[in-house]
Order: sequence, then C-alpha cells, then structure tokens
Amino acid sequence: MSSPSAPWRATTRTRTGTLVALLALALIVAGLVLPAFASRRLIQDLFYILTMLTLAQIWNLLAGYGGLVSVGQQAFVGIGAYALFGGVILGGMDPLLAILLGGAAGLVLAIPMAFFAFRLHGAYFAIGTWVIAETTRLLIAQWKALGGGTGTSLPRAATSDMIGVAQVAELFGVRDAAARDILAYWIALLLAVALIAGIYALLRSRLGLALIAVRDNAEAAASVGVDVRWLKWAVFLIASVATGLTGALIFLQTARISPDAAFAITDWTAYVIFIVVIGGIGTIEGPILGVLVFFALRSTLADYGSWYLLTLGLTAIVAMIFAPKGLWGLLSARTGWHLFPIRHRLIGPADGGER
Amino acid sequence: MMLTLDNVSKSFGALTVTDGVSLSVPKGQALGIIGPNGAGKSTLFNLITGNLMVSSGRIELMGRDVTRLPAMKRVRMGVGRSFQIPQPFEGLTVFENLLTAARFGGAAVHDRAVHDCAEILRETGMLPRANQLAGELSLLDRKRLELARALATGPDLLLLDEIAGGLTEGECRALIETIRAIHAGGTTIIWIEHVLHALTSVVERLAVLDFGRLIGVGEPEEIMASREVREIYLGIEV
Repeated sequence: MSSPSAPWRATTRTRTGTLVALLALALIVAGLVLPAFASRRLIQDLFYILTMLTLAQIWNLLAGYGGLVSVGQQAFVGIGAYALFGGVILGGMDPLLAILLGGAAGLVLAIPMAFFAFRLHGAYFAIGTWVIAETTRLLIAQWKALGGGTGTSLPRAATSDMIGVAQVAELFGVRDAAARDILAYWIALLLAVALIAGIYALLRSRLGLALIAVRDNAEAAASVGVDVRWLKWAVFLIASVATGLTGALIFLQTARISPDAAFAITDWTAYVIFIVVIGGIGTIEGPILGVLVFFALRSTLADYGSWYLLTLGLTAIVAMIFAPKGLWGLLSARTGWHLFPIRHRLIGPADGGER
Repeated sequence: MMLTLDNVSKSFGALTVTDGVSLSVPKGQALGIIGPNGAGKSTLFNLITGNLMVSSGRIELMGRDVTRLPAMKRVRMGVGRSFQIPQPFEGLTVFENLLTAARFGGAAVHDRAVHDCAEILRETGMLPRANQLAGELSLLDRKRLELARALATGPDLLLLDEIAGGLTEGECRALIETIRAIHAGGTTIIWIEHVLHALTSVVERLAVLDFGRLIGVGEPEEIMASREVREIYLGIEV
C-alpha cells in the first residue's frame, strides 16, 4: 500500500501518441511541398479530401462529443461561402482575406440558430437545424446582388489578383488558375491540421472530460458541476465559425456559387455524416479513415449515378448495424491502437492505478 | 444550518410529488430519509440539488437562498450527490469520472485533483478499477463509483440515494464504514435508504416521507417506534 502523500499522476501520453505526432509532422511537411511534384488534378482531389475531412471533424465534435446531432451544417457552409462572395463582389475585398468573413458569418448565424435549436432535443434538434438551414437558403436566394436563385461567379480580376497567386505561379511555374488551386489547397491543409490539433488539445483538457460527460449523461454532468449550457453553446459556436471558414474556402476554389450548391444538404451534411459514421463517431481517427473510404467509393462509383448514393446509404446502414463504432472502432478494438490518445490514465507510485 | 427547506412543493401537472416540506439540517448531522416507493424521496433530492426546480417554497444552503440556482452552481457550493440508478459517464474511465467531478465540482487545480481522486478511489475500493471504462463496470462497482464521484466534488453536504440496495452483508458493512468515516470528517449527510439497519447505524435523525408529505422527523428509535410509520412504511398493522 502506498502512503497518502505518494505522488499520483495522470497522463494522456502514450508511446504510440508520440510516434503518431512525429509521423503527422512529417506528413504535414510532405503535404506542404507536394504541389512541387503533384498534378493539378491531385491537388484538387486533396483539396476536396481535406475540406471534407475538416467538415467531418467539426460534425464529429458536435455530434460525437457534444451530443449535438445537427443536420443543418450546410447553413454554415452556405453562409460562409456567400459572405466571401459578398466581401469580394460588393466590398471589393481580396478573396483570401474574405475567407475570414466566412467564419464571422458562421458565428453571426450560429447565435440565433442556437437560441432556437437549443430549445429542442434529440431528433427535434436535428430537424430544427435542418429547417433553419433551409430558411437561410431561401433568404439568401432573394439576395439579387449576389445572383439570387441562380447564383454568380467571382470576378476574374479578383481571383487573378488574389494575394499570393502571382508568387505561387512564379514559384511553381504554373498558370494563375493552378496557382489558386495550390493556395486553396495549402489553406485547406492548414485549416484541417489546425482544427484537428485544436480538437485534440480540447479533448485532452478538462473541457474534453466535460464534453464526454455531457454527451454520456447531461443530468449527471450538471450534478458534478459542469455548466452544460455553456459547453454546448461554446462547441456550437466554435463549430459554426470553423464550418463558415471551410465553406468560404470551398467556394473560393470553385469561384462559382448558387444557393442550391452552397446550401446542399447532400454535399455538406449527408456525406459528412457518412464519413463520420463509416469511420467511427466519437474519435478523431474515425473521420480521417472515413474520408479516405468515402473518397475511394466516390471515385469508383461516381459514374453510376443514383447507384452511387444507394451504395453509400447501404454501406452506412450496414456500418451502423454491424460496426456502430465504425471502421476505426473495429480496428482499434482488435489492435488496441489509439493514434490520438485522450485517456487520462492514473499512475500511482506502485502503479496501483494501472490496469 | 447547512440546509433549510421552507414549505417546499413540487408538482408535475395535477400531480403533487412534494407537498409543503419544511426541514432543517444542522451542519455535521447525518439525516436518514425513509418512505415507501413513490413517496417523493428522490424528487426531494432533485429539488435540493437543483436537478429539479421547486414549484413553490424556498431552499437555503448555509444561509444563502439557492432556490433558483441551477444544479452545477449548487455543486460548487458544496452539494454532492449520488443517483439511485447509477449514472456513470460511460465513455470515461472510473478515474476520469472522478477527475471531471473534482475539476468542475471541486474546482481543484489539476495536481491536487489527481491526488484527491486517487485517495477517494482507494477509500471506496475502486483503485483497481481506476483506468477501466465506467461503461464496463458491474452494478456494484457502478454504485461505488456513484459514491466516489460524489465525494470527488468535495461536498460539505452529501446526498446519498439508495446506495446500499443490492449489496451483500459484507459489502454493506464496508459501505457503512466508508460513510461513517466521511461523516466523521465533518460532512453533513442526507441518506435515502431502504436498508434500514445500514441507515440507522449511521444517521442521528430520521425523516419519513409519504405521498410527498413529511410525516415525522426525530431520533431513529423514536421514529421507528411510531405507530404511523410502522403502519405506512413497514406495512405493519398496529
């Protein structure tokens, strides 16, 4: 038996975690220099994968940790994208800087949305977010200055003169359009890395414990002193800003917008939920694995029209029934791997707390 | 006075579950609450902790009116509780369940919280399970975790809801010893329990609830001997 004054400690560090951190760093560096070697097509594919990964990590934070199952994420993608177009077309801003407007717009929309949606719970919350997203789409479609229901494009002058385009074009010896793709890809990479690092840091902190506690049992969480309401607001607002930024970035790269594309529930919520469910909800690893599976299916089945959507739906149903913790859950259970360890393990003087 | 309830009532629609309860609990006292199933015991706990808001009446904690304060603020003022049906955070380990309680309810800094949690785990016999997921625990261990997690908030007033039910004699004796030790440390305890011998071996005062009304408060021997209690609670015709 150890003495009462013995130094107990708690740690989230594991050897795997350290190795993964080093590997991740190498991957990030490789990702940054990749445009020097990769084709424009590959850069565009990676841009898509990275932005979908970001959206999936955000939805996973909301639903997998915060217990907030939103099916209205397209509202933030759309409003973020329209804020960018508004800033560029109406305000004459540089498109790169206007991405920040997307985050601000996400925040502005999130406050009234949370005010109404947080009065609803479970399935009602999900439906509420969807309804608010649809209402936002209908309102934006009335904005004639940005093309109303048919949408509009970014002016060629604005996209060619965008900060950094000339330098990137010169550095890699490519045209302006390809340079813009490279810039967008770099920002997507930074956004994904920053978001995953931020979520990882959050989950390892005491707020991470509170998030899981609230997800598992909100009443009991309040009974140990967790401010459930504050926590849900904080998660929702952070998610909304991040989704707004991502939406702005996605439509900066396409340079063309319409309400139907920017507020598409299939593209920005259904696929995102698929990625999280197939990969494994409630883990950081899940969406990473999920986005790769999703992209592979998309590339293989894209030419088969509605069969593609049917296959995605069936795959999601099979995963929910037979692997409710997703592919990462299966893999983790077999191997014991945790690439992003968040457990606070108690370690005693005689390792009394170790299992 | 640690806790004062002044004419506290709670209704759900036409159903009155707590009916004009007035009760004072001095600092350091251990009070037992008994009553038949459906008497409104757990509801009274939920009103004290702030998990439910009163329909009318007033609740004071250490002289301060807390009637409208939410649960999480009352925890930070020193009210810790266990739930009748264990409600662990299943996605967290046993230790993390306590750490959450200590960091939020006890507002302790990290190192202090880790040390306190480890000591509580040892006192409650949960140390060997520290790094196990709470969702994987047996019912007995879930009950132990309820007590341990409540203690981790560093309570001045500890509310225990049927924590001895389903335990073997030996486990029950160990639990009584743990609760006695907590009480000896100066913590005020209110304990709802059907296992009467466990309850009466710890508490100094007993309160009886029936249909949401407080029908008697007094020393355990006096209460257990009263005709009304024997009729209503024990079902003995006198």
